[in-house]
Amino acid sequence: MLKYLLEKEFKQFFRSSSLPRMVIIMPFMAVLIFPLVANFEIKNINLAVVDNDKSTYSQQLIQKVSSSGYFRISDVSDSYPQALRSVELNKSDIILEIPPHFERDMAKEKSATVLIAANSVSGTKGGLGSSYLAGIIGDFSNNIRSEWITASDRFSSGRFEISPQFWYNPRLLYTYFMVPALMVMVLAMLCGFLPALNIVGEKANGTIEQMNVTPVNKFIFILSKLLPYWIIGFVVLTICFIVARIFYGLVPEGSLATIYLFAALFVLAFSGFGLVISNYANTLQQAMFMMFFFVLTFILMSGLYTPIANMPQWAQYLSNFSPLKYIIIVLRQVYLKGSSFSELLLPFAVLSGFAVFFNGWAVLSYRKSS
Amino acid sequence: MTLSGSNIKAVVCTDVCKSYEKVPALRNISFTVEQGEIFGVIGPDGAGKSTLFRVLTTLLLADSGTASVEGMNVVKGYKEIRKNVGYMPGRFSLYQDLTVEENLKIFATLFHTTIEENYYLIKDIYSQIEPFKTRRAGALSGGMKQKLALSCALIHKPSILFLDEPTTGIDPVSRKELWEMLRKLKSQGITIVVSTPYMDEASLCDRIALIRDGEFMKIDTPKGIISGFRKELWAVRGSNMSALIGHLREVDGVVTCFAFGDNHHITVDNTILTKEILRSRLEEKGHNEIIIEKIEAGIEDCFMELANR
Repeated sequence: MLKYLLEKEFKQFFRSSSLPRMVIIMPFMAVLIFPLVANFEIKNINLAVVDNDKSTYSQQLIQKVSSSGYFRISDVSDSYPQALRSVELNKSDIILEIPPHFERDMAKEKSATVLIAANSVSGTKGGLGSSYLAGIIGDFSNNIRSEWITASDRFSSGRFEISPQFWYNPRLLYTYFMVPALMVMVLAMLCGFLPALNIVGEKANGTIEQMNVTPVNKFIFILSKLLPYWIIGFVVLTICFIVARIFYGLVPEGSLATIYLFAALFVLAFSGFGLVISNYANTLQQAMFMMFFFVLTFILMSGLYTPIANMPQWAQYLSNFSPLKYIIIVLRQVYLKGSSFSELLLPFAVLSGFAVFFNGWAVLSYRKSS
Repeated sequence: MTLSGSNIKAVVCTDVCKSYEKVPALRNISFTVEQGEIFGVIGPDGAGKSTLFRVLTTLLLADSGTASVEGMNVVKGYKEIRKNVGYMPGRFSLYQDLTVEENLKIFATLFHTTIEENYYLIKDIYSQIEPFKTRRAGALSGGMKQKLALSCALIHKPSILFLDEPTTGIDPVSRKELWEMLRKLKSQGITIVVSTPYMDEASLCDRIALIRDGEFMKIDTPKGIISGFRKELWAVRGSNMSALIGHLREVDGVVTCFAFGDNHHITVDNTILTKEILRSRLEEKGHNEIIIEKIEAGIEDCFMELANR
C-alpha cells in the first residue's frame, strides 16, 4: 500500500514543473550564493582623507590605511567641510582628518590626535569601519613608538604584543561559519514546508476526502507524504556537502555519520511541526503564512545570522524554543570543531524532545479535526 | 460482497442531527434505503444533502442519532463501510496532475484490487474515456471528469454507491448518459443513493426524499409524491409575465403562485375561483393573451407545496 502511495507522490513531484528544479537549485543557492551575500565582514569602505599636515608620517598613515584591504580612498579633500560633502553625496562612509602639525606633535609631544568621523546611517559599516580604522591607527602609533624605542633606549620600557589564535576556524572565514548553518535552513524548508503544503493542497483540492473513504490507514497516508521529502532532504543535504567540499574545501572535522544522525532527528522534529501547521490550515495561503511566520521566527532566533549571546536576555530565553538553534549548533560543532556524538548529548536530548512534542501535537490535533 | 437478496437494509438512518457552529445542517433525518434501489435526495443548494452524504460515508460525525450502511454503524464500523462503499463527492476530487489511467489505478490499488478484475463493472463508462487514458485528469471536460470519478468510485465493486450531485455542471447529453449508467448499475444489484438539485431527475429514481433546510419533508416514490398533491393546479400564461405574477397573487382564491419556466403555476381554492373569474380579473388589470390550463402536478409543484406548508 505504502509503495503505491509513494509511487504516486514521486510521480506528482517529478511531474510538477518547478519543484524538482527548485530542489536542485536550492542547495547551490544556499551554499554558494548566500554565504557571499550574508557576510558581515565589511570591506571596501569608502574613506575620505583630509590631510592637513602633508608630512612623511601622515603619508605613511594614509598608505597603511589604504593597504589594509578594508578601505578604499574615495576622496582626498583639503578641508573637513569638503570631506563631509562627499559623505553627504554618499561617496564616502568615513572621514579621516589628519590635523596640521601632526608630525611635529608626534615628535615633540610624543602624541597627536586624528579625527575619525563615520556615517552611521548604515550602522554596521560606520561602527565596524571606524573601529577597523582606529585599530590601524593604533597599530601605526605602536610602530612609530617602537622605532623610537629601538633608536633611543631599547631597555627603557617593556612592551607587549597581542597575537590572537582563532581556533576551529583559523583564517576566520565567515563562509566556514555560515555554510553549515545554511544547510540546516535548506533542510528545514524542504522537510518542514513541502510536506505540510502538500497535505494542505490535498485538503484544498478535496482529494484528501476521496482518500479518506478508501481503507487507507491515516498513518500510512501521512507517512507517504513525509517519506519522499525526507529522502529528497537527504539527497539535498548530500549535495550541500559536496558543493561545500568542492567550492570551499570545507570538510567536516567530525564524522558525517553524526551529521546524518542529527539531520534525521531534526527532520523528524521539523516535519512534525509542518504536520501541526497542516492540521490547522485549510487553504494553501493560510499554511504558507503560518509557515513563514514560524520559520522566520525560528531562523532569526536560532543564531544563524547573529550570535545568540548578542540578543537581549528575553530573546535568549526565546531562542531555546527554536529547534533550528540546536541543529545549527550541532552542525557548526561537528563541521568546524569535530565534536563527536558524546559531546552533543544535550542537543540530541532537546531535539528528541521537539520530535516527540511536535509529532504528538500533530497526532492529537489531527484527531480533533476529523 | 453481494448483499442483495439478504434482508439487511442498505441504509438505516435514525434521528441524525448535525450542526455547524449552531447553524443546523441536518435535523432529525430518518430514512431507510432498500437493497438495490435508486434513492434520490432532492433539494436546493444548502439543504444539507452533502452533509448527509458525508455522515453516511463516515467522513463526518453526526452530533446525535445513529446511521448504518449495509448493517454497519458509521461510527464503529467505519473501516468496514469504507471497503464496501463507493463515494463520488460533489466536487471533482481526483488527482488532476495524474493521468486518467493512473487515477483509476491508484484507487484500484488502495482497495487491494486491479483494474482488470472489475473491468466489467466500469466497462460501459470507462470505455468512453479510455481513448484519453494518458491525458491528465485536470485536462478532461466536465462530463469526462464525472465519468472518470464514477469509474474510480466503482473500481472496487462497492455494494452501495453514494453520488453527491453527479449531474451538476455537466451538459444535458452527459446527464442523460449518466442516468442510463445508473440504471445499468442498479440492474447489477448495486444500491445507489444520489442527490440532485434538479427536480426533473426525481422521476428517474425508485424512491425520493425531498429535503429542505436540513429536514426531510417527504419520502416516497415519485408517483406517490405526485399523487399526494391534492390541490387544484393551474398554469397561467400572459403577454407580460413579470407583472402577471404580482397580480395573480392579489386575486382572492389564489393560494400560491410560483414562476415555472414559461408558465406561472398557481394553486387555487376552486370553491371561490373559476378560470372565467380569474381571466376577467386579469383582463381588468390590463393583461391579454391569457391562457389558463388545469395541469397535473410535477415533483417541483409538490416540493413547493410542501415547502410552503
